Amino acid sequence: MHEHPASLLPLPSATFHILMALASEDRHGYAIIQDIEQRTDGALRLSAGTLYRSIQRMLEQGLLVETSDRPAPELDDERRRYYRITAFGAKVARAEANRLSELVRMARASGFAPGRA
Amino acid sequence: MRLYRLLLHLYPASFRNEYAGEMSGVFARRLRDTSAMGLPALWIGVFFEILWNALAVHADVLRQDLRYTARALRRTPGFAATAVLVVALGIGANTAAFSLADQVLLRPLPFPHSDQLVKLWQAVPGYTQMELSPANYRDWKAMSHSFAALGAYNSNAANLVGQGEPERIDITTVDSDVLPMLEVRPLLGRIFSAADDREGANGTVLLSYGLWQRRFGGDPEILGRQLLLNDERYTVIGVMPRTFYFPQRDTQLWATLRLKADNYGDRNDNWLDAVGRLRSGVTLAQASSEMAVVTAQLERQFPVEDEKTRATLYPLHDDVSKQSRLLLYALVGAAICVLLIACTNLANLLLVRALVREKELAVRTAIGAGRERLIRQLTTESLVLALAGGALGVLAAGLTVPLLARLIPNSLPVEQASAFDWRVLLFAGALTALTGVVFGVAPAWRVCRKADLTALREGARAGSGKKEFLRSSLVVAEVMASVVLLVSTGLLLRALWKLQGVDPGFRTEGVLTLRTALPAPKYDSTSLRANFYNRVLGGIRQLPGVTGAAYISALPMVWGGGIWPVEVGEHVVQRNAAHTASMRFITPGFFAAMHIPLRGGRDVEDGDTLDRPLAAVVSQSFAERYWPHQDPLGRHFKMAFQDHTIVGVVGDIRVRGMESTSEPQVYFPYRQVQDGWFQYYAPKDLVVRAEGSSAALLPQINRIVRAADAEQPVSNVRTLADIVEQNTASRAVEVRVLGAFAAIAFLLAAVGIHGVLAFAVSTRAREIGVRMALGAQRGAIVRMVLQRGALLAMAGVVPGVALAWYAGKTMEALLAGVKPYDAATFLAATGLCLTMTLLGCLLPAWRAARVDPMTAMRVE
Repeated sequence: MHEHPASLLPLPSATFHILMALASEDRHGYAIIQDIEQRTDGALRLSAGTLYRSIQRMLEQGLLVETSDRPAPELDDERRRYYRITAFGAKVARAEANRLSELVRMARASGFAPGRA
Repeated sequence: MRLYRLLLHLYPASFRNEYAGEMSGVFARRLRDTSAMGLPALWIGVFFEILWNALAVHADVLRQDLRYTARALRRTPGFAATAVLVVALGIGANTAAFSLADQVLLRPLPFPHSDQLVKLWQAVPGYTQMELSPANYRDWKAMSHSFAALGAYNSNAANLVGQGEPERIDITTVDSDVLPMLEVRPLLGRIFSAADDREGANGTVLLSYGLWQRRFGGDPEILGRQLLLNDERYTVIGVMPRTFYFPQRDTQLWATLRLKADNYGDRNDNWLDAVGRLRSGVTLAQASSEMAVVTAQLERQFPVEDEKTRATLYPLHDDVSKQSRLLLYALVGAAICVLLIACTNLANLLLVRALVREKELAVRTAIGAGRERLIRQLTTESLVLALAGGALGVLAAGLTVPLLARLIPNSLPVEQASAFDWRVLLFAGALTALTGVVFGVAPAWRVCRKADLTALREGARAGSGKKEFLRSSLVVAEVMASVVLLVSTGLLLRALWKLQGVDPGFRTEGVLTLRTALPAPKYDSTSLRANFYNRVLGGIRQLPGVTGAAYISALPMVWGGGIWPVEVGEHVVQRNAAHTASMRFITPGFFAAMHIPLRGGRDVEDGDTLDRPLAAVVSQSFAERYWPHQDPLGRHFKMAFQDHTIVGVVGDIRVRGMESTSEPQVYFPYRQVQDGWFQYYAPKDLVVRAEGSSAALLPQINRIVRAADAEQPVSNVRTLADIVEQNTASRAVEVRVLGAFAAIAFLLAAVGIHGVLAFAVSTRAREIGVRMALGAQRGAIVRMVLQRGALLAMAGVVPGVALAWYAGKTMEALLAGVKPYDAATFLAATGLCLTMTLLGCLLPAWRAARVDPMTAMRVE
């Protein structure tokens, strides 16, 4: 039922960041926000609305699943929901990364970006 | 925190239910991390963030619903097409009717503060709308205080000569108060001043935009140009804006009235139209009661001339005949009926569809879709259907507008181009949305209320008894509305037939008419005019195929005026309908050319000149009014200040058209018009009767007229048949439109009945199967279905007939004597409705009879 990964490209930046935040481990919403904030040195701080709107759409698109696995009880908060990236989600993230590096390669060739073409 | 939760309500409920807790948690942390200084900025940010994201989520949901809708509709194209078509018919009919009603009834006239503008008429017993005499106009103006301004005008036609072909154009002469009162500015130049309107002033004219463009190519140097109008020299002082029409659409040029002292002599010489602007704060009723006082005072002063003379006032906007207004109401009513039927059909379709999908919906609820989400989904679906139908309907309405524009009465100072603008689109849009929401949400709501697990129970029967009742009432309403429409249309159709069957008193076949209005002062002399007539008529009678040709002051049905009081013996002049007759001057041969039968005596003759006694040919009804059962020949009567002797009697004709009663007619010979007198009544309309096509004679007739006077324009070329047809044309269009509406309604109702019965049969297949298994005959099953159909039909027909009778009563004035309870019409309409119901039942009944008990029961 998944669409082809390419049909979702280019990804909205919030979506790509969320996928990256979930690459290594399952996280709950606030942890995703924090992870993105750290990774971007505070440049990108998602609002709750943007986060959950993105999550809702990503759940529909099959990029994420809500997971029932919980961390150790002492770390858990009853209210929180945890999200996990799906295989399809990883595929889409890779496709997006490829798209971006291809773009950067072309930018180098035309002298817009530093480095060798 | 509570504020934040409140703001979260901007999100769709489904999203809120899912994430509100999480989002509040995230926000609580952020709140904790923010210093007191940063709080205001945080809140402002949050507010806009929520606004934006909520909109985005709504858009997401909408997109999802639309995708789902598209998929669902693609699966059931028959349903989609039917629903769209049904809505299109309803919206289309209403948009068309509204664009018309808006133009004629709702929209204010295109003048500033137009609600203050009133039309004034003189009224005497028998005539409620007479023009004013100059003397009465002058006195009303001087004696009344209710008006900020009063103005008079007279619509007329004149021969325009110079630059191109001579031409006959419609003009209006106004006094210097009219245009300032309407608060119009000229496009070029200036409007009339008081000095332009004085007796003896040089002629000045204002051109309409249309005339300026058409005849003068929009020449910007037009000001100061000299024109010849009826042989008098006029100077162009201005051009009016493109959208300025007054008093009627056809007026192409305005000149000044320049009333002369002797115009005020005769108080019964009524030819001025009067328009006034109420002083601010003065109501129409106040002005009317003041005018009652003024006219009563004048009656005391002039007991003979102003006997029982009163003023009638009404808003200028209402200067539309009561008939055109009633016809429009009928049209709008019919359109609403069509929409109601369409909506009930749509509701029915959606309801049936929702019921069929009950299980699907229950499954969706079971896997977690909230009721709000389902209703939203179903509403989106019905809105999509409604919008598609609305767009189609507006398109259809747009196509019918040229036809409908003919229903805009000429007498309004508005453009005939129908106004298909944002108002109409807004109306159509609102109507569409209303249709979609009301008739989409209701079924959705009903279904979702019970869209729980009970529907999942195996064998649950779609359509409980209560819902069947709802759907049955919808069908009953449809039948009712179509009975009303069918009867109304039938009544109007009968009225039209009756009018078209009225004998006008003359024969129209092969008669061509045209106008050569001879201008004064060039043709002031009666002998000069006679010379012209004889040259033209002599030439035309030589043409091959021509069997008759003659001139008359004005053709019947084209002009209903020229009504004069008649005095016979000791009868005192009384200006009321019982003592008036229409007066025309004719050349010999008019009756023969029109095939008006001569009942006694003789036609007018060339020998009837001014040195002979004044002769008159009168119509039969005139003779019977004054000399019942006696020989009228040789009798005398006084009319238009002179004594006349009756020399002939002819059949009556319909001077005022097929619908109104006409005064008796009096014809005077063309050579007995005094020099300079009755210029207005000088014969100007030519009738030519020919074998074969009289229209083919036109080039030769033009040549003959040109030879008699090269500057004389020929205008108003029409066949007599056209004139008579024109008399009932707007009614015919109206009936056609109404007929189309009725046909649509009828079809929709049939579809609706069929739908309900078919659905009932399919959901009751099991019951029918059981009955048959228990030994019921197929005939009995068919009877059962038919009975149900007949019951539905009767339930609709009975109140429908009552409503139709009421509708007929309301439009009795339109029925030209056809009774609102005309039995034949009612029988035909109800018969049609019953037949339609039975036809709608047939297919379901046949299906029911073919139910195989084994299969029906095994399905469960």
